Amino acid sequence: MRTRRIIAAALCAVALTATTAACGKSGSPSDSAATAGAPQLPTYQVKSDVKLDGSKTFAEAKKRGKLIIGAKADQPFLGFEDLTTNTRNGFDIEVAKMVAADLGFSPDQIQWQTLVSSQREPAIANGQIDYYVGTYSINDERKKQVSFAGPYYIAGQDLLVAKDNTSITGPESTKDKNVCTATGSTSIKNIEKYGPKITQYDGYSACVEKLLSGEVDAVTTDDAILKGFASKYAGKLKVVGKPFTTENYGVGLNKDDKALRDAISDALKAHQDNGDWKKAYDATLGLSGSPTPAIPPLVRY
Amino acid sequence: MGIMFENGNFALFRDGFLQTIELSAISAVLAMLLGTLLAAFRVSPIPALRAFGTGWVTIFRNTPLTLLFFAVEFGLPALDVHFSHFTFAVLALGFYTASFVCEVLRSGINTVPLGQAEAARSLGMTFGQTLGLVVLPQAARTVLPPLSSVFIALPRNSAIAGAFSVDELYHVQQTLSEQGYSIFAIFFWVALAYLVISAAVNLLFRFLEKLTAVAR
Repeated sequence: MRTRRIIAAALCAVALTATTAACGKSGSPSDSAATAGAPQLPTYQVKSDVKLDGSKTFAEAKKRGKLIIGAKADQPFLGFEDLTTNTRNGFDIEVAKMVAADLGFSPDQIQWQTLVSSQREPAIANGQIDYYVGTYSINDERKKQVSFAGPYYIAGQDLLVAKDNTSITGPESTKDKNVCTATGSTSIKNIEKYGPKITQYDGYSACVEKLLSGEVDAVTTDDAILKGFASKYAGKLKVVGKPFTTENYGVGLNKDDKALRDAISDALKAHQDNGDWKKAYDATLGLSGSPTPAIPPLVRY
Repeated sequence: MGIMFENGNFALFRDGFLQTIELSAISAVLAMLLGTLLAAFRVSPIPALRAFGTGWVTIFRNTPLTLLFFAVEFGLPALDVHFSHFTFAVLALGFYTASFVCEVLRSGINTVPLGQAEAARSLGMTFGQTLGLVVLPQAARTVLPPLSSVFIALPRNSAIAGAFSVDELYHVQQTLSEQGYSIFAIFFWVALAYLVISAAVNLLFRFLEKLTAVAR
Protein backbone atom coordinates (compact mmCIF):
# COMPACT_ATOMS: atom_id res chain seq x y z
CA MET A 1 0.00 0.00 0.00
CA ARG A 2 2.78 2.37 0.98
CA THR A 3 4.80 1.60 -2.15
CA ARG A 4 1.79 2.34 -4.27
CA ARG A 5 1.37 5.72 -2.65
CA ILE A 6 5.03 6.55 -3.25
CA ILE A 7 4.74 5.59 -6.90
CA ALA A 8 1.64 7.76 -7.27
CA ALA A 9 3.46 10.70 -5.70
CA ALA A 10 6.44 10.20 -8.00
CA LEU A 11 4.18 10.09 -11.04
CA CYS A 12 2.50 13.32 -9.97
CA ALA A 13 5.87 14.99 -9.61
CA VAL A 14 6.93 13.84 -13.08
CA ALA A 15 3.65 15.04 -14.57
CA LEU A 16 4.03 18.43 -12.91
CA THR A 17 7.57 19.02 -14.15
CA ALA A 18 6.55 17.86 -17.61
CA THR A 19 3.69 20.35 -17.84
CA THR A 20 5.67 23.30 -16.52
CA ALA A 21 8.50 22.52 -18.93
CA ALA A 22 6.01 22.32 -21.78
CA CYS A 23 4.45 25.66 -20.80
CA GLY A 24 7.82 27.35 -20.72
CA LYS A 25 8.73 26.00 -24.11
CA SER A 26 5.60 26.85 -26.08
CA GLY A 27 5.54 30.51 -25.12
CA SER A 28 9.04 31.80 -24.91
CA PRO A 29 11.08 31.56 -28.14
CA SER A 30 8.72 33.28 -30.58
CA ASP A 31 7.68 35.88 -28.00
CA SER A 32 11.18 36.96 -27.07
CA ALA A 33 12.23 37.13 -30.73
CA ALA A 34 9.25 39.33 -31.61
CA THR A 35 9.50 41.68 -28.63
CA ALA A 36 13.26 42.10 -28.53
CA GLY A 37 13.38 42.90 -32.24
CA ALA A 38 16.03 40.26 -32.76
CA PRO A 39 17.36 39.87 -36.31
CA GLN A 40 15.18 37.51 -38.35
CA LEU A 41 16.51 34.66 -40.48
CA PRO A 42 16.15 35.26 -44.21
CA THR A 43 14.13 32.93 -46.42
CA TYR A 44 15.53 31.84 -49.75
CA GLN A 45 13.83 31.77 -53.15
CA VAL A 46 13.90 28.17 -54.37
CA LYS A 47 14.91 28.00 -58.02
CA SER A 48 12.93 25.79 -60.35
CA ASP A 49 14.10 23.85 -63.40
CA VAL A 50 17.71 23.71 -62.33
CA LYS A 51 19.81 21.76 -64.79
CA LEU A 52 23.29 20.58 -64.00
CA ASP A 53 24.92 18.53 -66.73
CA GLY A 54 27.68 16.17 -65.80
CA SER A 55 27.04 16.10 -62.07
CA LYS A 56 26.41 12.59 -60.83
CA THR A 57 25.64 13.79 -57.31
CA PHE A 58 23.01 16.24 -58.56
CA ALA A 59 21.42 13.66 -60.88
CA GLU A 60 21.03 11.22 -58.02
CA ALA A 61 19.65 13.87 -55.65
CA LYS A 62 17.13 14.86 -58.31
CA LYS A 63 16.08 11.25 -58.79
CA ARG A 64 15.55 10.62 -55.08
CA GLY A 65 13.83 14.03 -54.73
CA LYS A 66 15.88 14.87 -51.66
CA LEU A 67 19.19 16.49 -50.98
CA ILE A 68 21.31 14.85 -48.29
CA ILE A 69 23.45 17.42 -46.50
CA GLY A 70 26.04 16.62 -43.87
CA ALA A 71 26.30 18.97 -40.89
CA LYS A 72 27.41 19.25 -37.30
CA ALA A 73 24.79 19.00 -34.58
CA ASP A 74 26.56 20.22 -31.47
CA GLN A 75 27.63 23.75 -32.35
CA PRO A 76 25.12 26.34 -31.12
CA PHE A 77 24.19 29.04 -33.67
CA LEU A 78 26.50 27.39 -36.21
CA GLY A 79 25.41 23.81 -36.80
CA PHE A 80 22.97 22.77 -34.12
CA GLU A 81 20.25 20.18 -33.88
CA ASP A 82 17.51 21.14 -31.46
CA LEU A 83 16.16 17.80 -30.29
CA THR A 84 13.19 19.32 -28.48
CA THR A 85 11.79 20.90 -31.65
CA ASN A 86 13.55 18.56 -34.09
CA THR A 87 14.96 21.44 -36.12
CA ARG A 88 18.41 22.47 -37.24
CA ASN A 89 19.66 25.98 -36.92
CA GLY A 90 22.80 28.06 -37.17
CA PHE A 91 24.95 29.89 -39.68
CA ASP A 92 26.32 26.78 -41.41
CA ILE A 93 22.78 25.42 -41.68
CA GLU A 94 21.69 28.68 -43.35
CA VAL A 95 24.57 28.46 -45.83
CA ALA A 96 23.55 24.88 -46.62
CA LYS A 97 19.95 26.02 -47.18
CA MET A 98 21.01 28.92 -49.47
CA VAL A 99 22.92 26.52 -51.65
CA ALA A 100 20.07 24.00 -51.62
CA ALA A 101 17.61 26.68 -52.73
CA ASP A 102 19.77 27.56 -55.72
CA LEU A 103 20.04 23.88 -56.61
CA GLY A 104 16.24 23.73 -56.61
CA PHE A 105 15.57 22.06 -53.28
CA SER A 106 13.25 23.57 -50.68
CA PRO A 107 14.04 23.20 -46.94
CA ASP A 108 11.62 20.26 -46.58
CA GLN A 109 13.48 18.45 -49.35
CA ILE A 110 16.65 18.46 -47.30
CA GLN A 111 17.63 15.39 -45.35
CA TRP A 112 20.21 16.29 -42.71
CA GLN A 113 22.90 13.92 -41.64
CA THR A 114 25.03 14.56 -38.59
CA LEU A 115 28.68 13.71 -39.17
CA VAL A 116 31.56 14.18 -36.77
CA SER A 117 34.85 15.47 -38.17
CA SER A 118 36.52 12.11 -38.74
CA GLN A 119 33.55 10.81 -40.78
CA ARG A 120 33.51 13.66 -43.27
CA GLU A 121 35.91 12.52 -45.96
CA PRO A 122 34.66 8.91 -46.14
CA ALA A 123 31.00 10.02 -46.21
CA ILE A 124 31.64 12.46 -49.05
CA ALA A 125 33.81 10.04 -51.02
CA ASN A 126 31.27 7.20 -50.66
CA GLY A 127 28.39 9.44 -51.73
CA GLN A 128 26.48 9.04 -48.45
CA ILE A 129 25.93 12.78 -48.52
CA ASP A 130 25.68 15.26 -51.39
CA TYR A 131 27.65 18.01 -49.70
CA TYR A 132 28.85 19.01 -46.25
CA VAL A 133 28.63 22.33 -44.44
CA GLY A 134 30.10 22.31 -40.96
CA THR A 135 33.19 24.33 -39.99
CA TYR A 136 35.11 22.43 -42.65
CA SER A 137 38.52 24.07 -43.14
CA ILE A 138 40.00 23.89 -46.61
CA ASN A 139 43.47 22.29 -46.43
CA ASP A 140 45.77 20.43 -48.79
CA GLU A 141 45.59 17.03 -47.11
CA ARG A 142 41.78 17.12 -47.37
CA LYS A 143 41.89 18.35 -50.98
CA LYS A 144 43.45 15.01 -51.89
CA GLN A 145 40.19 13.33 -50.87
CA VAL A 146 37.40 15.85 -51.43
CA SER A 147 36.68 19.10 -53.28
CA PHE A 148 35.75 22.41 -51.69
CA ALA A 149 33.52 25.25 -52.81
CA GLY A 150 34.19 28.49 -51.04
CA PRO A 151 35.48 29.77 -48.73
CA TYR A 152 32.18 31.11 -47.46
CA TYR A 153 33.62 32.23 -44.12
CA ILE A 154 37.07 33.00 -42.80
CA ALA A 155 37.50 31.93 -39.23
CA GLY A 156 40.52 32.21 -37.01
CA GLN A 157 41.48 30.53 -33.80
CA ASP A 158 40.49 32.70 -30.88
CA LEU A 159 39.77 32.49 -27.16
CA LEU A 160 36.48 32.35 -25.29
CA VAL A 161 36.61 33.70 -21.75
CA ALA A 162 34.30 34.82 -18.98
CA LYS A 163 32.69 38.20 -19.68
CA ASP A 164 34.53 39.91 -16.80
CA ASN A 165 37.93 38.40 -17.61
CA THR A 166 40.47 41.14 -18.34
CA SER A 167 43.67 39.13 -17.86
CA ILE A 168 43.41 37.18 -21.12
CA THR A 169 43.67 39.55 -24.07
CA GLY A 170 45.18 37.26 -26.69
CA PRO A 171 47.17 34.04 -27.11
CA GLU A 172 50.30 35.62 -25.54
CA SER A 173 48.52 36.07 -22.22
CA THR A 174 47.56 32.39 -21.86
CA LYS A 175 50.91 31.34 -20.42
CA ASP A 176 50.35 28.93 -17.48
CA LYS A 177 46.60 29.51 -17.77
CA ASN A 178 44.20 26.58 -18.15
CA VAL A 179 42.94 26.38 -21.71
CA CYS A 180 40.46 23.81 -22.98
CA THR A 181 39.90 22.55 -26.53
CA ALA A 182 38.78 19.47 -28.48
CA THR A 183 40.69 16.19 -28.39
CA GLY A 184 43.29 15.98 -31.15
CA SER A 185 42.29 19.25 -32.81
CA THR A 186 44.75 21.45 -34.69
CA SER A 187 43.89 24.15 -32.16
CA ILE A 188 46.16 22.37 -29.68
CA LYS A 189 49.24 22.82 -31.87
CA ASN A 190 48.53 26.50 -32.41
CA ILE A 191 48.08 27.37 -28.73
CA GLU A 192 50.79 25.04 -27.38
CA LYS A 193 53.65 27.38 -28.23
CA TYR A 194 52.22 30.07 -25.92
CA GLY A 195 52.68 27.74 -22.97
CA PRO A 196 49.21 27.21 -21.44
CA LYS A 197 48.03 24.09 -19.59
CA ILE A 198 45.81 22.26 -22.04
CA THR A 199 42.72 20.24 -21.21
CA GLN A 200 41.01 18.27 -23.98
CA TYR A 201 37.50 16.88 -24.23
CA ASP A 202 35.57 15.25 -27.01
CA GLY A 203 33.28 18.24 -27.54
CA TYR A 204 33.40 21.94 -26.92
CA SER A 205 30.32 21.89 -24.72
CA ALA A 206 32.32 20.02 -22.07
CA CYS A 207 34.99 22.74 -22.30
CA VAL A 208 32.39 25.49 -22.00
CA GLU A 209 30.95 23.68 -18.97
CA LYS A 210 34.39 23.83 -17.32
CA LEU A 211 34.75 27.49 -18.32
CA LEU A 212 31.40 28.39 -16.78
CA SER A 213 32.39 26.64 -13.54
CA GLY A 214 35.70 28.48 -13.57
CA GLU A 215 37.98 25.47 -13.74
CA VAL A 216 39.53 26.50 -17.03
CA ASP A 217 40.34 30.10 -17.90
CA ALA A 218 39.63 29.94 -21.61
CA VAL A 219 38.32 27.75 -24.41
CA THR A 220 40.16 27.94 -27.71
CA THR A 221 39.16 26.96 -31.24
CA ASP A 222 37.87 28.74 -34.37
CA ASP A 223 36.14 31.99 -33.50
CA ALA A 224 33.00 30.92 -35.39
CA ILE A 225 32.42 28.09 -32.94
CA LEU A 226 33.27 30.32 -29.99
CA LYS A 227 30.89 33.03 -31.21
CA GLY A 228 28.13 30.42 -31.20
CA PHE A 229 28.74 29.67 -27.54
CA ALA A 230 29.09 33.37 -26.75
CA SER A 231 25.65 33.87 -28.37
CA LYS A 232 24.21 31.03 -26.32
CA TYR A 233 25.64 32.38 -23.06
CA ALA A 234 25.39 36.06 -23.95
CA GLY A 235 26.17 38.10 -20.84
CA LYS A 236 28.37 35.40 -19.33
CA LEU A 237 31.00 34.68 -21.96
CA LYS A 238 32.80 36.71 -24.63
CA VAL A 239 35.18 36.10 -27.52
CA VAL A 240 38.51 37.88 -27.05
CA GLY A 241 38.59 38.93 -30.73
CA LYS A 242 42.29 38.45 -31.51
CA PRO A 243 42.30 35.59 -34.03
CA PHE A 244 45.77 34.11 -34.46
CA THR A 245 45.27 31.64 -37.32
CA THR A 246 43.28 31.61 -40.56
CA GLU A 247 40.76 28.90 -41.34
CA ASN A 248 38.89 29.02 -44.64
CA TYR A 249 35.54 27.29 -44.29
CA GLY A 250 34.35 25.60 -47.45
CA VAL A 251 31.49 23.41 -48.57
CA GLY A 252 32.87 19.90 -48.96
CA LEU A 253 31.77 17.79 -51.91
CA ASN A 254 32.79 14.87 -54.09
CA LYS A 255 36.24 15.33 -55.62
CA ASP A 256 35.28 14.49 -59.19
CA ASP A 257 32.20 16.69 -59.39
CA LYS A 258 33.34 19.96 -60.96
CA ALA A 259 29.86 20.85 -62.22
CA LEU A 260 28.40 20.71 -58.71
CA ARG A 261 31.34 22.62 -57.34
CA ASP A 262 30.82 25.48 -59.78
CA ALA A 263 27.09 25.50 -59.05
CA ILE A 264 27.69 25.75 -55.29
CA SER A 265 30.25 28.52 -55.80
CA ASP A 266 27.72 30.44 -57.93
CA ALA A 267 25.05 29.95 -55.26
CA LEU A 268 27.34 31.25 -52.51
CA LYS A 269 28.25 34.27 -54.62
CA ALA A 270 24.61 35.09 -55.40
CA HIS A 271 23.56 35.00 -51.73
CA GLN A 272 26.58 36.99 -50.61
CA ASP A 273 25.70 39.69 -53.13
CA ASN A 274 21.97 39.90 -52.33
CA GLY A 275 22.53 40.34 -48.59
CA ASP A 276 21.30 36.93 -47.42
CA TRP A 277 24.75 36.06 -46.10
CA LYS A 278 24.83 39.12 -43.85
CA LYS A 279 21.25 38.58 -42.64
CA ALA A 280 21.98 34.96 -41.81
CA TYR A 281 25.10 35.99 -39.90
CA ASP A 282 23.31 38.67 -37.90
CA ALA A 283 20.56 36.27 -36.84
CA THR A 284 23.02 33.60 -35.68
CA LEU A 285 26.67 34.25 -34.82
CA GLY A 286 26.02 38.00 -34.80
CA LEU A 287 24.13 37.58 -31.50
CA SER A 288 27.49 37.11 -29.78
CA GLY A 289 28.17 40.83 -30.09
CA SER A 290 31.32 40.27 -32.13
CA PRO A 291 31.63 42.51 -35.20
CA THR A 292 30.56 41.09 -38.56
CA PRO A 293 33.56 39.81 -40.53
CA ALA A 294 34.14 40.67 -44.18
CA ILE A 295 32.70 38.31 -46.79
CA PRO A 296 35.61 36.31 -48.21
CA PRO A 297 36.14 36.26 -52.00
CA LEU A 298 35.49 32.83 -53.54
CA VAL A 299 38.45 30.80 -54.73
CA ARG A 300 37.64 28.83 -57.85
CA TYR A 301 40.67 26.57 -58.07
CA MET B 1 49.74 2.98 -44.75
CA GLY B 2 52.85 5.11 -44.85
CA ILE B 3 51.26 7.92 -42.85
CA MET B 4 53.02 6.76 -39.70
CA PHE B 5 56.41 7.74 -41.10
CA GLU B 6 55.80 11.32 -42.20
CA ASN B 7 55.53 14.68 -40.41
CA GLY B 8 56.58 13.33 -37.03
CA ASN B 9 53.48 11.16 -36.80
CA PHE B 10 55.51 8.28 -35.45
CA ALA B 11 56.51 10.15 -32.28
CA LEU B 12 52.86 11.02 -31.68
CA PHE B 13 51.80 7.43 -32.23
CA ARG B 14 54.54 6.05 -29.99
CA ASP B 15 53.65 8.44 -27.16
CA GLY B 16 49.98 7.50 -27.45
CA PHE B 17 50.85 3.81 -27.45
CA LEU B 18 52.98 4.14 -24.30
CA GLN B 19 50.32 6.26 -22.61
CA THR B 20 47.68 3.60 -23.30
CA ILE B 21 49.95 0.92 -21.83
CA GLU B 22 50.76 3.03 -18.78
CA LEU B 23 47.12 3.89 -18.16
CA SER B 24 46.03 0.27 -18.60
CA ALA B 25 48.79 -1.11 -16.38
CA ILE B 26 48.21 1.26 -13.48
CA SER B 27 44.44 0.82 -13.71
CA ALA B 28 44.91 -2.97 -13.81
CA VAL B 29 46.94 -2.92 -10.59
CA LEU B 30 44.32 -0.73 -8.90
CA ALA B 31 41.52 -2.96 -10.19
CA MET B 32 43.27 -6.12 -9.00
CA LEU B 33 43.92 -4.81 -5.47
CA LEU B 34 40.52 -3.22 -5.08
CA GLY B 35 38.74 -6.16 -6.71
CA THR B 36 40.37 -8.66 -4.35
CA LEU B 37 39.43 -6.52 -1.37
CA LEU B 38 35.84 -6.25 -2.62
CA ALA B 39 35.65 -10.01 -3.17
CA ALA B 40 36.85 -10.54 0.40
CA PHE B 41 34.12 -8.13 1.54
CA ARG B 42 31.48 -10.02 -0.38
CA VAL B 43 32.28 -13.37 1.23
CA SER B 44 33.10 -11.96 4.67
CA PRO B 45 30.96 -12.78 7.73
CA ILE B 46 30.29 -9.07 8.43
CA PRO B 47 26.97 -7.89 6.91
CA ALA B 48 28.05 -4.24 6.55
CA LEU B 49 31.08 -5.20 4.46
CA ARG B 50 29.00 -7.59 2.37
CA ALA B 51 26.51 -4.80 1.70
CA PHE B 52 29.31 -2.41 0.74
CA GLY B 53 30.76 -4.94 -1.70
CA THR B 54 27.37 -5.65 -3.25
CA GLY B 55 26.63 -1.92 -3.55
CA TRP B 56 29.96 -1.20 -5.21
CA VAL B 57 29.57 -3.98 -7.76
CA THR B 58 25.98 -3.02 -8.52
CA ILE B 59 26.81 0.64 -9.10
CA PHE B 60 30.08 0.37 -10.99
CA ARG B 61 29.29 -2.69 -13.08
CA ASN B 62 26.00 -1.24 -14.31
CA THR B 63 27.14 2.28 -15.13
CA PRO B 64 28.37 2.94 -18.68
CA LEU B 65 32.07 3.70 -18.50
CA THR B 66 31.67 7.02 -20.32
CA LEU B 67 29.21 8.15 -17.67
CA LEU B 68 31.65 7.12 -14.97
CA PHE B 69 34.36 9.19 -16.62
CA PHE B 70 31.96 12.13 -16.70
CA ALA B 71 31.10 11.66 -13.03
CA VAL B 72 34.78 11.55 -12.05
CA GLU B 73 36.00 14.32 -14.36
CA PHE B 74 33.17 16.75 -13.68
CA GLY B 75 31.81 15.53 -10.34
CA LEU B 76 34.96 15.35 -8.23
CA PRO B 77 36.19 18.89 -9.07
CA ALA B 78 32.74 20.14 -8.08
CA LEU B 79 33.38 18.53 -4.67
CA ASP B 80 36.73 20.32 -4.62
CA VAL B 81 38.77 17.18 -5.35
CA HIS B 82 41.46 18.06 -7.87
CA PHE B 83 43.79 15.51 -9.52
CA SER B 84 45.48 15.32 -12.89
CA HIS B 85 43.37 14.06 -15.81
CA PHE B 86 45.48 10.92 -15.89
CA THR B 87 44.69 10.16 -12.23
CA PHE B 88 40.99 10.74 -12.87
CA ALA B 89 41.16 8.27 -15.75
CA VAL B 90 42.94 5.69 -13.57
CA LEU B 91 40.26 6.07 -10.90
CA ALA B 92 37.37 5.68 -13.34
CA LEU B 93 38.93 2.70 -15.12
CA GLY B 94 40.21 1.07 -11.93
CA PHE B 95 36.92 1.39 -10.02
CA TYR B 96 34.96 0.08 -12.99
CA THR B 97 37.23 -2.88 -13.65
CA ALA B 98 37.50 -3.70 -9.93
CA SER B 99 33.81 -4.57 -9.88
CA PHE B 100 34.37 -7.15 -12.62
CA VAL B 101 37.49 -8.53 -10.93
CA CYS B 102 35.49 -8.85 -7.71
CA GLU B 103 32.76 -10.89 -9.35
CA VAL B 104 35.24 -13.12 -11.17
CA LEU B 105 37.09 -13.81 -7.91
CA ARG B 106 33.85 -14.47 -6.07
CA SER B 107 32.84 -17.05 -8.64
CA GLY B 108 36.28 -18.62 -8.20
CA ILE B 109 35.87 -18.71 -4.43
CA ASN B 110 32.57 -20.52 -4.93
CA THR B 111 34.36 -23.29 -6.83
CA VAL B 112 36.48 -24.14 -3.78
CA PRO B 113 34.72 -26.90 -1.84
CA LEU B 114 33.21 -25.72 1.44
CA GLY B 115 35.14 -28.44 3.27
CA GLN B 116 38.39 -26.59 2.61
CA ALA B 117 37.25 -23.50 4.50
CA GLU B 118 35.73 -25.64 7.27
CA ALA B 119 38.97 -27.59 7.63
CA ALA B 120 40.96 -24.35 7.80
CA ARG B 121 38.64 -22.99 10.47
CA SER B 122 38.85 -26.19 12.51
CA LEU B 123 42.62 -25.77 12.53
CA GLY B 124 42.04 -22.42 14.25
CA MET B 125 42.71 -20.13 11.28
CA THR B 126 41.12 -16.67 11.25
CA PHE B 127 38.90 -15.51 8.37
CA GLY B 128 41.86 -13.68 6.80
CA GLN B 129 44.10 -16.74 7.01
CA THR B 130 41.38 -19.02 5.64
CA LEU B 131 40.85 -16.75 2.66
CA GLY B 132 44.47 -15.80 2.01
CA LEU B 133 46.19 -19.17 2.60
CA VAL B 134 43.59 -21.76 1.68
CA VAL B 135 40.71 -20.47 -0.43
CA LEU B 136 42.13 -17.69 -2.65
CA PRO B 137 45.18 -19.63 -3.92
CA GLN B 138 42.87 -22.41 -5.08
CA ALA B 139 40.34 -19.94 -6.46
CA ALA B 140 43.01 -17.98 -8.36
CA ARG B 141 43.73 -20.96 -10.59
CA THR B 142 40.16 -21.33 -11.74
CA VAL B 143 39.61 -17.63 -12.36
CA LEU B 144 42.56 -17.09 -14.70
CA PRO B 145 40.59 -17.54 -17.97
CA PRO B 146 37.72 -15.18 -17.05
CA LEU B 147 40.21 -12.77 -15.49
CA SER B 148 42.13 -12.64 -18.77
CA SER B 149 38.90 -11.49 -20.48
CA VAL B 150 38.56 -8.68 -17.96
CA PHE B 151 42.12 -7.53 -18.49
CA ILE B 152 41.92 -7.75 -22.27
CA ALA B 153 38.84 -5.52 -22.09
CA LEU B 154 40.64 -2.98 -19.89
CA PRO B 155 43.11 -1.55 -22.47
CA ARG B 156 40.28 -1.33 -24.98
CA ASN B 157 38.08 0.48 -22.45
CA SER B 158 40.97 2.85 -21.79
CA ALA B 159 40.24 4.48 -25.17
CA ILE B 160 37.48 6.45 -23.44
CA ALA B 161 40.16 8.30 -21.46
CA GLY B 162 41.22 9.84 -24.77
CA ALA B 163 38.03 11.86 -24.74
CA PHE B 164 38.89 13.15 -21.26
CA SER B 165 42.23 14.83 -21.78
CA VAL B 166 44.58 11.82 -21.72
CA ASP B 167 46.91 11.67 -24.74
CA GLU B 168 46.56 7.99 -25.63
CA LEU B 169 45.80 6.03 -28.81
CA TYR B 170 42.29 7.40 -29.30
CA HIS B 171 43.77 10.86 -29.05
CA VAL B 172 46.30 9.94 -31.75
CA GLN B 173 43.46 8.84 -34.01
CA GLN B 174 41.60 12.11 -33.40
CA THR B 175 44.71 14.17 -34.09
CA LEU B 176 45.51 12.43 -37.35
CA SER B 177 41.87 12.52 -38.48
CA GLU B 178 41.76 16.24 -37.81
CA GLN B 179 44.86 16.72 -39.95
CA GLY B 180 42.97 15.06 -42.78
CA TYR B 181 44.76 11.73 -43.20
CA SER B 182 42.79 8.85 -44.64
CA ILE B 183 40.74 7.28 -41.87
CA PHE B 184 41.52 3.73 -43.00
CA ALA B 185 45.26 4.22 -42.72
CA ILE B 186 44.86 5.70 -39.23
CA PHE B 187 42.62 2.91 -38.02
CA PHE B 188 44.99 0.29 -39.39
CA TRP B 189 47.76 1.50 -37.08
CA VAL B 190 45.57 2.16 -34.06
CA ALA B 191 43.87 -1.23 -34.37
CA LEU B 192 47.25 -2.90 -34.74
CA ALA B 193 48.44 -1.21 -31.54
CA TYR B 194 45.43 -2.45 -29.58
CA LEU B 195 45.89 -5.92 -31.04
CA VAL B 196 49.50 -5.99 -29.83
CA ILE B 197 48.47 -4.99 -26.31
CA SER B 198 45.61 -7.50 -26.13
CA ALA B 199 47.80 -10.29 -27.50
CA ALA B 200 50.46 -9.53 -24.88
CA VAL B 201 47.89 -9.72 -22.07
CA ASN B 202 46.58 -12.96 -23.52
CA LEU B 203 50.07 -14.51 -23.65
CA LEU B 204 50.76 -13.45 -20.07
CA PHE B 205 47.62 -15.23 -18.86
CA ARG B 206 48.41 -18.34 -20.91
CA PHE B 207 51.78 -18.43 -19.21
CA LEU B 208 50.20 -18.04 -15.77
CA GLU B 209 47.71 -20.81 -16.54
CA LYS B 210 50.53 -23.18 -17.47
CA LEU B 211 52.45 -22.18 -14.37
CA THR B 212 49.60 -22.89 -11.98
CA ALA B 213 48.15 -25.94 -13.73
CA VAL B 214 47.57 -28.95 -11.46
CA ALA B 215 46.19 -32.38 -12.13
CA ARG B 216 42.80 -32.79 -10.49
